Amino acid sequence: MFTSKNEFRPVEGEVRIPSGCAVSAIIDRSGRPMTGEKIIRSIATMHDRSNGLGGGFAGYGIYPDYKDYYAFHLFFDSRTARKETEDYLAAHFEVVYSSEMKTRKTKGITGEPLIFRYFLYPLSKRLANSLLDEEQYVVKCVNRINSDIKGAFVFSSGKNMGIFKGVGFPEDIGRFYLLDEEYEGYMWTSHGRYPTNTPGWWGGAHPFGLLSYSVVHNGEISSYDANRRYIEMFGYKCNLQTDTEVITYVIDFLLRVKHLTLEEVAKVISASFWSTIEDKSEEERRQEVFLRKAFPSLLINGPFSIIFGFDGGLMALNDRLKLRSMVCAEKGDFAFVSSEECGIRVIEPELDSIFAPAGGQPVIYTLREGVVR
Amino acid sequence: MIDMFIPPEYEVVRNTELCIGCRVCERQCANEVHKYDKDLGKMIADSTKCVNCHRCVALCPTHALKIVKSDDTYKLNYNWPQRAMNEIYRQAATGGVLLSSMGNPTENPIYFNKILVNASQVTNPPIDPLREPMETTVYLGKKDVEIKRDARGRLKDTLPPQLKLTTPIMFSAMSYGSISYNAHESLARAAEELGIYYNTGEGGLHTDFYKYGKNTIVQVASGRFGVHEQYLMTAAAIEIKMGQGAKPGIGGHLPGMKISDDVSKTRMIPKGVDAISPAPHHDIYSIEDLRQLIYSLKEATAYTKPVIVKVAAVHNVAAIASGIARSGADIIAIDGYRGGTGAAPTRIRDNVGIPIELALAQVDERLRQEGIRDSVSIVVGGSIHSSSDVVKAIALGADACYIATAAVMALGCHLCRSCHAGKCNWGIATQRPDLVKRLNPDIGKQRLVNLVHAWTHEIQEMMGGMGINSIEALRGNRLMLRGVGLNETELRILGIKHAGE
Repeated sequence: MFTSKNEFRPVEGEVRIPSGCAVSAIIDRSGRPMTGEKIIRSIATMHDRSNGLGGGFAGYGIYPDYKDYYAFHLFFDSRTARKETEDYLAAHFEVVYSSEMKTRKTKGITGEPLIFRYFLYPLSKRLANSLLDEEQYVVKCVNRINSDIKGAFVFSSGKNMGIFKGVGFPEDIGRFYLLDEEYEGYMWTSHGRYPTNTPGWWGGAHPFGLLSYSVVHNGEISSYDANRRYIEMFGYKCNLQTDTEVITYVIDFLLRVKHLTLEEVAKVISASFWSTIEDKSEEERRQEVFLRKAFPSLLINGPFSIIFGFDGGLMALNDRLKLRSMVCAEKGDFAFVSSEECGIRVIEPELDSIFAPAGGQPVIYTLREGVVR
Repeated sequence: MIDMFIPPEYEVVRNTELCIGCRVCERQCANEVHKYDKDLGKMIADSTKCVNCHRCVALCPTHALKIVKSDDTYKLNYNWPQRAMNEIYRQAATGGVLLSSMGNPTENPIYFNKILVNASQVTNPPIDPLREPMETTVYLGKKDVEIKRDARGRLKDTLPPQLKLTTPIMFSAMSYGSISYNAHESLARAAEELGIYYNTGEGGLHTDFYKYGKNTIVQVASGRFGVHEQYLMTAAAIEIKMGQGAKPGIGGHLPGMKISDDVSKTRMIPKGVDAISPAPHHDIYSIEDLRQLIYSLKEATAYTKPVIVKVAAVHNVAAIASGIARSGADIIAIDGYRGGTGAAPTRIRDNVGIPIELALAQVDERLRQEGIRDSVSIVVGGSIHSSSDVVKAIALGADACYIATAAVMALGCHLCRSCHAGKCNWGIATQRPDLVKRLNPDIGKQRLVNLVHAWTHEIQEMMGGMGINSIEALRGNRLMLRGVGLNETELRILGIKHAGE
């Protein structure tokens, strides 16, 4: 848990901070690894959509040597916090490898916390005694650290993926973490932030992650409190008070708990208008009416464009009115998503196809069948 | 002197220069206030009989009439206002319980008026309801279903029966008997045209109105008046009335003089005898008994209709609602202490129960804390004055609102609060054929439709301003609300921040 050191500059979780943003993603559906160099160039092109108060990335397939272990990325604001967290981790996990994360001094990036990485596996006895499944156990431990250990924050907890984020322009954050040299993955997503309130803190930057899920989001949803108060009934706790956090929980609930498909999730959170549903085929109508009737409180209203990353692919989705720009493109095995076309053209000027998905139309890109990740 | 003259609270004032002696006022007044005095050669009025229903004022062709607050007064006394003194005199003369009608008129806070609504500026766009879809459709019923799929992997509709409303407003329970045939017809036809529901109240359903069944909620109350299989099967939903905001803890009151032949037949009770429902349902002395009635009604209707349980907003309403939510009810209706009535003991109407805003906030929060908010829908009533009250109620956590006082006002009611006398000059709260026929159901229906359309447009405007284009996204969205002039406790109970925060 991070708290502000100055009551006049509250951080995420103490105050709700809306932001505008840029998002971008690239996936090589053949599964070939690429460094973070392209995604940095993509998000850097949209520099003016950020204001230097937050940037971040998620890379998938970046830890092939540790792919069976949960990769925890942590911020600490003191060595005491680190000590306390490591004691907690040792009591709950087998720690396979741990180290301070390699960073480079970068102009424009200041005030960084201590940043550590751990590869972990739940202690089998603790796991068995918890009566939880493995994922629930890990989530619970993450929540414990984030809400109870002062000065510690887990900002990435998936397998074979990692989130890298901080306060600064996203391209500087990317270089700070050496994403262009040290990491190779089949998919990258990125985020540049334009918060309309205080600078916040490193944990408040995006992507937001939950296990291997990550969300980057541009927008300010007007349904926030309706979504939050509903999802909190199911054990989620919206500590950060950000849109991205609640969107991640909503998607997690619908996918993991309710076992909906990605397309069905899109029909819940970015539901078609009733008048549109009326015009659909009998079967589609039945399905969509059911989803709207069953999950009315998970409709996400107001402007958003999100890129939802998961193990093996991504889903890009706009709000039902498309109040935020977002374009998708393809070139061979590559697929791209970006707030603006320039974020794609800068890395791939010649494209096979490019289009702006309609409001509520999910665009899903996954690794080609049979690709081992 | 067992009785004593009590000066009238209001005086009828006639502008003799404007009066043309047409005697409309005389013909319109069932209380016989106006008459033509041959000797004096002019119209005179007996203000002691006036209930201030404004019928004569509204119909006077030359606008020669007005009703003013009388300036006759006892010696002024803050501790003993005139009303309190008059009530003593009345009870000393009669030995009776004071009766009143319509909602609690006292000066307690109206919380809706101390809540302000948000709008979008810059960081997210307001949505223009004139140019973009703005959805007010809402489905009421249980939502907590398991996801099941057929062999082809398609989702199965596992939801229990739902009520579809095109706008989150319904006409609340008013029985045939307390209000007239024409009032019921107006409500039923308006509900049908609007794609919403009206509620029979506890007086049964006149056979003429069975044809509006798909827009009808039938009530089962402690008196079980007019309840039979066909009544239940005809309806879209069944409401168990456990309590009413105007008179929590007691049953319905229908004075005998309002029980006409038709009312007697519909209610299945004798003509002309007071119909006082028992205070409790005598088969429900506890929550587990309620469950049995809910399931009896579901069995009787083959699980095809949602069951609503209506309770008055009382001190521990959150715990009660939690019990109801776990007892198989599909919808909980909560009626606040300002809610209307056709007749209630004055002391109960004015002193029992709590404001709907506080009750709603607590019920919604409690159900969420217990993780069961989606096992019921919440409908609230008890003085919803306007579309902005609807917006605030939904943002506090309601699925929809019940309106009744506003609905009868659309039919002409001027809140004279004399329904129990059965002489409603507007043809609403009366069974006298000469009065009933004053309410034209064609016009009544149209005025109700107009009112709900107008409110719906206003709801859409406010939603659009907040950047919301579907009413679902407003439900429970308390960040959209701020209190003004409320203390910490009130804000905590309402679950909202103060303006400026």
